[in-house]
Amino acid sequence: MKADLLPLSLVSEALASGTVPADALLEAFLARIRALDGRLHAFLRLTENEAWAAAKASVQRRANGKALGPLDGVPIALKDIFCMEGVETCCGSRILRGYHPPYDATVVRKLRQAGAVIVGKTNMDEFAMGSSTENSAFGPTANPWDLTRSPGGSSGGSAAAVAARLVPGAFGTDTGGSIRQPAALVGCVGLKPTYGRVSRFGVIAFASSLDQVGPFAQDVKGVAHLLGAVAGHDPNDQTSSERPVPDYASALDKGVRGLRIGVPPEYFGEGLAPEVEKAVRAGIESLRAQGCEVRETPLPNSPHAIATYYIVATAEASSNLARYDGVRYGHRAKASQLLEMYEKTRAEGFGAEVKRRIMLGTYALSAGYYDAYYLRAQKVRALIRRDFDQAFASVDAVISPTSPTTAFRLGEKMDDPLAMYLNDVYTVPVNLAGLPGISLPCGFDSKGLPIGLQLIGRPFDEETLLRIARAAEPAEQRLPPILEGR
Amino acid sequence: MSIDRAQVRHVARLARLALSEEEEERFAAQLGNVLEYVERLQAVDVSGVEPLGFAGDATAPLPLREDEPQPCLPREKVLSQAPEQNGEAFLVPRILE
Amino acid sequence: MPVPDFEPVIGLEVHAQLLTRTKIFCGCSTRFGAPPNTQVCMVCLGLPGALPALNRAAVEMAIKAGKAFGCRIAERSVWARKNYFYPDLPKGYQISQYELPICSGGAVPVPGLGSIPLERIHLEEDAGKNVHTATGSEVDLNRSGVPLIEIVGKPALRSAEGASEYLKSLRLCLIYLGINDGNLEEGSFRCDANVSVRRKGESKLGTRVELKNINSFRFVRQAIDFEIARQVELIESGGKVVQETRLFDNEKGVTRSMRSKEEANDYRYFPDPDLPPLRVSKEWMEGISTPKLPHEIADALAAAGVSQADARSIVSDPRLVEVHRKVGGDPKRAALFVVGELGRAVNEKEADLSALKFDPALVQEVWKLQDAGAISSTAAREVLAELIRTGEAPQKIVERKGLAQVSDQGALEAVVDAVIARNPAEVEKYRGGKVNLLGFFVGQAMKDLKGKGNPGALNALFKKKLGP
Repeated sequence: MKADLLPLSLVSEALASGTVPADALLEAFLARIRALDGRLHAFLRLTENEAWAAAKASVQRRANGKALGPLDGVPIALKDIFCMEGVETCCGSRILRGYHPPYDATVVRKLRQAGAVIVGKTNMDEFAMGSSTENSAFGPTANPWDLTRSPGGSSGGSAAAVAARLVPGAFGTDTGGSIRQPAALVGCVGLKPTYGRVSRFGVIAFASSLDQVGPFAQDVKGVAHLLGAVAGHDPNDQTSSERPVPDYASALDKGVRGLRIGVPPEYFGEGLAPEVEKAVRAGIESLRAQGCEVRETPLPNSPHAIATYYIVATAEASSNLARYDGVRYGHRAKASQLLEMYEKTRAEGFGAEVKRRIMLGTYALSAGYYDAYYLRAQKVRALIRRDFDQAFASVDAVISPTSPTTAFRLGEKMDDPLAMYLNDVYTVPVNLAGLPGISLPCGFDSKGLPIGLQLIGRPFDEETLLRIARAAEPAEQRLPPILEGR
Repeated sequence: MSIDRAQVRHVARLARLALSEEEEERFAAQLGNVLEYVERLQAVDVSGVEPLGFAGDATAPLPLREDEPQPCLPREKVLSQAPEQNGEAFLVPRILE
Repeated sequence: MPVPDFEPVIGLEVHAQLLTRTKIFCGCSTRFGAPPNTQVCMVCLGLPGALPALNRAAVEMAIKAGKAFGCRIAERSVWARKNYFYPDLPKGYQISQYELPICSGGAVPVPGLGSIPLERIHLEEDAGKNVHTATGSEVDLNRSGVPLIEIVGKPALRSAEGASEYLKSLRLCLIYLGINDGNLEEGSFRCDANVSVRRKGESKLGTRVELKNINSFRFVRQAIDFEIARQVELIESGGKVVQETRLFDNEKGVTRSMRSKEEANDYRYFPDPDLPPLRVSKEWMEGISTPKLPHEIADALAAAGVSQADARSIVSDPRLVEVHRKVGGDPKRAALFVVGELGRAVNEKEADLSALKFDPALVQEVWKLQDAGAISSTAAREVLAELIRTGEAPQKIVERKGLAQVSDQGALEAVVDAVIARNPAEVEKYRGGKVNLLGFFVGQAMKDLKGKGNPGALNALFKKKLGP
């Protein structure tokens, strides 16, 4: 297979062995982006100058025997939520149109230090609020498997870019499933690390106690390389952990004999599409055949997760988004006095879903409602965490579907916000508990749409998660139809 | 759990969001739906449960920042993104007293 | 302004900027007076993606204050977001502490009033500056993020005078602790007053009013006195005090309602998810030393013989305490020097307490010369003044100015004999009973000695030679 169709870890090997130089590789991906992204709309903007400079520097380093590591020369896309100095960063919103951050996110700095070639910023639901990328102020992204369908969200652009082989690797953020759900819907691997594993400095905030940065790639080993480049303590983010970062790629092929997997019955109930269930259960069986012990691990507070999430996340968001007031940056409405300026700026700059969530969050924190809503939700959150702690006393990972359905049609769920929220039923508990979670492809439905299965691990035990994911990942890569006709 | 338009207006004011009449009505209905959904939390037994606010490792040591000055942003960069500025300060319209 | 039948109840809230080098959540400098918006970064500007990074030194200063005032230091305290919109508040929320502050309880010692109890002390960040112009406002965010401690006093004060004394004492304590510079004009020490009144004998508190914009001790008294009188008049004429915030107009000496609040602010406090709860271990807390407070030092001085008045003068400025300590020797005598010669020099701008030109230990040398009779007490004062002005060694000053006093018995006796010999008429008058002629004789001797006679010794000699 040509290098530009390989999964990330094999692209990395091709670069290392000299089979393909970094600049030729970049040209191949840019050509594909030019050919296909008009239909996909995964990218909001390209950073070609920076990419060429990085590719050339990579070639130079390799020629001098000074290659940096597995990401040296590898093209990467970044969700438009990561601040890049001097590069327009809008977070999918009109309110940040024309905003050029004066600083780099820590993750961006680390990727550059690893020699990665940053190709561009990808589309997303506005302020990461959404599960379909339809809430972007700049138009939706299409699913490479069916252009009339959504790639999921909010990191839909990054997921679609990887699945359509526009880049071998990409980064997104996950607050309630925004990496895992799109990964499932486009048929690639997506990881949300443990809360605190990766720095949030320079990552535009949605819900501070839930947001985490994570990688997309077609292969588990690729995801391991990407995670290794960005994980670690950052003094600029005092919620980031000081725990040492292991070599995630080294333990991948240990196999799963003797590892214990938990199946939560609550995640296999009403609302789950039968074909999705079938594929996930087949994945469980495949792990059992490889030597995993499989047992039931109830997570009884799961039915409360969505409600809990939509109070906690919106409350934090309502506060995080208060800074978009037209005073120092971004959009400002014409107004003759201050209150009018604030109200019009935010009315003009924010889309409907963002406004809804700000209102919900403000309500949940407001006088008289704080105890009944926010405080209570944080207590239920503790119970959800406790369920997982109890499960991990007897298993090493929990397995479930990632999304209750495969990719839905663009426009299908836009009239009923609550229906859209219910897409996140299997993913939000993981953010509430601060645990690592990964989605990997486990088959296709009768429409040819990808199905994803989710593995949830102990805090800071991404190694075990990656190891099990490696054992479960499909042996072969199927290419999406948009790539046919090449 | 419904929410009436007066409440919607109050919350919109707290959040500094100007809403059209149509939006007020639509949001009242949509938020009402969501609030009804989240009512289920009232039935959960949370007696004796401490709220989980910090999702990280609560027992890990917390390194604090040393009191050493770091370089600030140059003023042109700071003001360059501002919708209105006079070379020194951000400008905003008058506050109605 | 005593108001019969009514008792004022006053509680003060002080916001004090901490003397850290950098802001509370970022590494920007806290230096006062920089050109607008030159001490800002992504964090204190509230740029998208920025996160707070807590400054250890700010926490230590808060702990210092807590320990000094006898507060309970919380082993675990929580950061809270106070949400509201204003141009000088870049994030649209202030990071503060709400339900679980770092310090609770405690009391501030106030000479004359005793211990005034505190509610709590907590840490928070300062906002920027909003300057109103004809067309709108100009926003300078240099001050945004400067660390503050908010010291909340219980409503234990009962007069405007008491409030002023409390503030003076609190301010001085913070200066001694090295955590605040006490500068009311620059706004590093700010005060709001909560004032209510109630009929004497009533236990229930009246409705309280918050007074803002009080930026001198004199205005504190004026504002509170005015407000007490306003509330009493209102109640006596059948009205009701409205709970509100009022601004003090220092030109007219009145308080005015801030009508801009359409509705009371709902701050929607919740724990800040960007900052883990602050944990202060016993070891950390015990390792933070607190210097002595002014009243403790004043008590020690008084115990050593210094007058109350002099002790109070000395502790009014920690630099004076330092000089007094360095002078050493007899504490009472050192106090007289500090309050006397040094105080005068400072008033006349001949000395700068922050940059003394002399070594205080040299004062004792002047005393030695005086006690040995080598110089008169008048000369000693002159030497001290010169010492303060130039730092020159006392002995050298005496020599240069020719201030040495003749105390040698032989030399004096010779002069005394000479004076007696040439003034027989006065000698006779003295021996006849006019004892006040002693001054004349001593004066004559002094003339002969060009003023350098030891007056005490001359006195004694004349008495001996003339006396019965």
